[in-house]
Amino acid sequence: MAVNVQEPAGEDRPRSSFIYDPVMRSILYQVLTAIIFIALIWWFWSNTLENLRRANIASGFGFLNGRAGFDVGQALIAYSSDSTYLRALYVGFLNTLLVAFTGIITATIIGFIVGIGRLSNNWLISKLSQVYVEVFRNIPPLLVIFFWYKGVLSVLPQPRDSIHLPFSIFLNNRGLAFPKAIWGEGTWAIPLAFVVGIVAAVVVSKWARSRQERTGQPFPSGWTGFALIIGLPILTFLALGAPLSFDYPIAGKFNLSGGSVVGPEFVSLYLALSFYTAAFIAEIVRSGIRAVAKGQTEAAFALGLQPGVTTRKVVVPQALRIVIPPLTSQYLNLTKNSSLAIAIGFSDLVAVGGTILNQSGRAVEIVAIWMAIYLSISLATSLFMNWFNAKMALVER
Amino acid sequence: MSKKLLSAVIGTALLGLTAHTASAATLDSVKAKGFLQCGVNSGLAGFGFPDASGNWTGFDVDYCRAVAAAIFGDPTKVKFTPTTAKERFTALQSGEIDMLARNTTWTINRDTALGFSFRAVNYYDGQGFMVRKSLNVKSALELSGAAVCVQSGTTTELNLADYFKSHNLQYNPVVFEKLEEVNAAYDAGRCDVYTTDQSGLYAVRLTLSKPDDHIILPEIISKEPLGPAVRQGDAQWFNIVSWTHYALVTAEDFGITKANVDEMLKSANPDIKRFLGEEKDQHIGKDLGLDEKWAYNIIKSVGNYGEVFERNLGGSSQLKIARGLNALWSKGGLQYAPPIR
Repeated sequence: MAVNVQEPAGEDRPRSSFIYDPVMRSILYQVLTAIIFIALIWWFWSNTLENLRRANIASGFGFLNGRAGFDVGQALIAYSSDSTYLRALYVGFLNTLLVAFTGIITATIIGFIVGIGRLSNNWLISKLSQVYVEVFRNIPPLLVIFFWYKGVLSVLPQPRDSIHLPFSIFLNNRGLAFPKAIWGEGTWAIPLAFVVGIVAAVVVSKWARSRQERTGQPFPSGWTGFALIIGLPILTFLALGAPLSFDYPIAGKFNLSGGSVVGPEFVSLYLALSFYTAAFIAEIVRSGIRAVAKGQTEAAFALGLQPGVTTRKVVVPQALRIVIPPLTSQYLNLTKNSSLAIAIGFSDLVAVGGTILNQSGRAVEIVAIWMAIYLSISLATSLFMNWFNAKMALVER
Repeated sequence: MSKKLLSAVIGTALLGLTAHTASAATLDSVKAKGFLQCGVNSGLAGFGFPDASGNWTGFDVDYCRAVAAAIFGDPTKVKFTPTTAKERFTALQSGEIDMLARNTTWTINRDTALGFSFRAVNYYDGQGFMVRKSLNVKSALELSGAAVCVQSGTTTELNLADYFKSHNLQYNPVVFEKLEEVNAAYDAGRCDVYTTDQSGLYAVRLTLSKPDDHIILPEIISKEPLGPAVRQGDAQWFNIVSWTHYALVTAEDFGITKANVDEMLKSANPDIKRFLGEEKDQHIGKDLGLDEKWAYNIIKSVGNYGEVFERNLGGSSQLKIARGLNALWSKGGLQYAPPIR
């Protein structure tokens, strides 16, 4: 730590021992701290290795290339018991990402709706929102997960008595089975059209803004963009001759076979995390909106803006600046809470890693991998949110 | 943070933090603290199960008591650590428990890579399947397409994958960490099949809401030699735990029971005298690091192998499991003890 000290200028100052030189001393302290830190890490590391060796426990990361030998219930990528431990970890990692990503999106949507609802002038809406927040905020997340899981399992019927929904969708206590889309030739063009649509929408919106600034004439860039993003892929799909077929779930001996299945474990974890985190997000949104000075709204009304436009163009952009930093913490919490999946048997990173830990006995390595991966996911989320925060921050002129 | 994760992290931290204490002399540390810390199942009827008043009962629990009796002459000097399938190995590796008696299968991997020592097999088991009677399944080979409930981190999980793969059957694994969670999921109909060691299936069936609605399929798909495990590198401790089992089996062989052990002290049979520590100037107990009365204390406390089996798993228990492979070698089973001399 460099300290600003008024240095008497010049060489003529009598040089005392360098220990008393503030600059030297601050460097010395930093070097010492670094040495102690590295020594501590080294001691921890070598001690672990030595203890493992003495206990005749194998160590090292080479085991990751071994055959896993166990199956995983829900995998986003091809996986069998012949795959490696590394691939099993990857399956768990993707499952964690999936539940975190979908959970964050849903929690944000519910959170914004409830948060704005709490500020509603409608007594019923604001009280309902308040009850929602107080209920979910004050229950431990594990119990919320159990609530959804037991709820889902006890309400849904056995596979033989599946609830038959339209479009060959079946619901039973093994999950939600729906037809699996099988894409034909040339379908790579559809995501391409989607990307082109997004780019076009951005271009249109920039053009519309500059035109409005020049001429004052508004252009419905929102609707145009929406039409571009959704319409282009659909047009491409039709132009290709609708190359799509479905694999329908059909009743098998035990369960439905064919189609895609979303298991009850994923659904209950996803719902629980979304609803739980949404309660916190709602409070953050409410406080963010409350923090925007009342004068801003009054000024907007005085200029003749409608209430809807006032909320969208005046209040929310200012509220966002307050909301985003604490929102990041909630996203990180949701991601980390997803490790509670273990309680209901969803194959997330911790569940799969735990199985590997037990089958291979490499506790130290697996715990290190867990920590490294959660740290990476959290840091990546933080980086993104910091970037977003910087983008939304007040641009000072 | 889940409990398992916590225990894994603590175990790992212990591995890192404990200074280089020699792993030897578990016996000394057990004697010094005055009790045996024994890892058992967190709740498997017949093997390790806390009853309504919190007392631990079960086959494996009696093995902990037997070792405590051998050391202290008092079977109550034992504390139980309930462990899940996943926690058990970290708990033993890190020294949280002195021995593991938790229906654990002896495999080469656990002997070589995990740093454990197994020798005594106290229960010869094999993996089986349980299904609902209403499914009308008669054989495991008809199980293709089924959802299978299984506990994670077990040999069961691996055998299951191998069995279905080798018979070209499809299945959907539903994996839980805790036995109670597996039971609840199976009972709720989340899966069609429950798989674990066959003895475990009998125990689990009792805890289901309607035990009579379920049948156990005839196939045994694996060898599961279950036995107590200790950390590697402490031969004395390993001997004490192994020979406690052999003493139980030997006592059954000799016809020594909890009831008649005091009479047997007066026996003229030199084998029995030596076993019970009545021989002049003998040093079997001393060589083990124990009292000469170690075997007497074991039998006096928990009875012989047959009594332990009968009480927890056999006819006197709810499980009513036949001795089968676990009968004495002289009666067509596999239980055989090396000579105590």
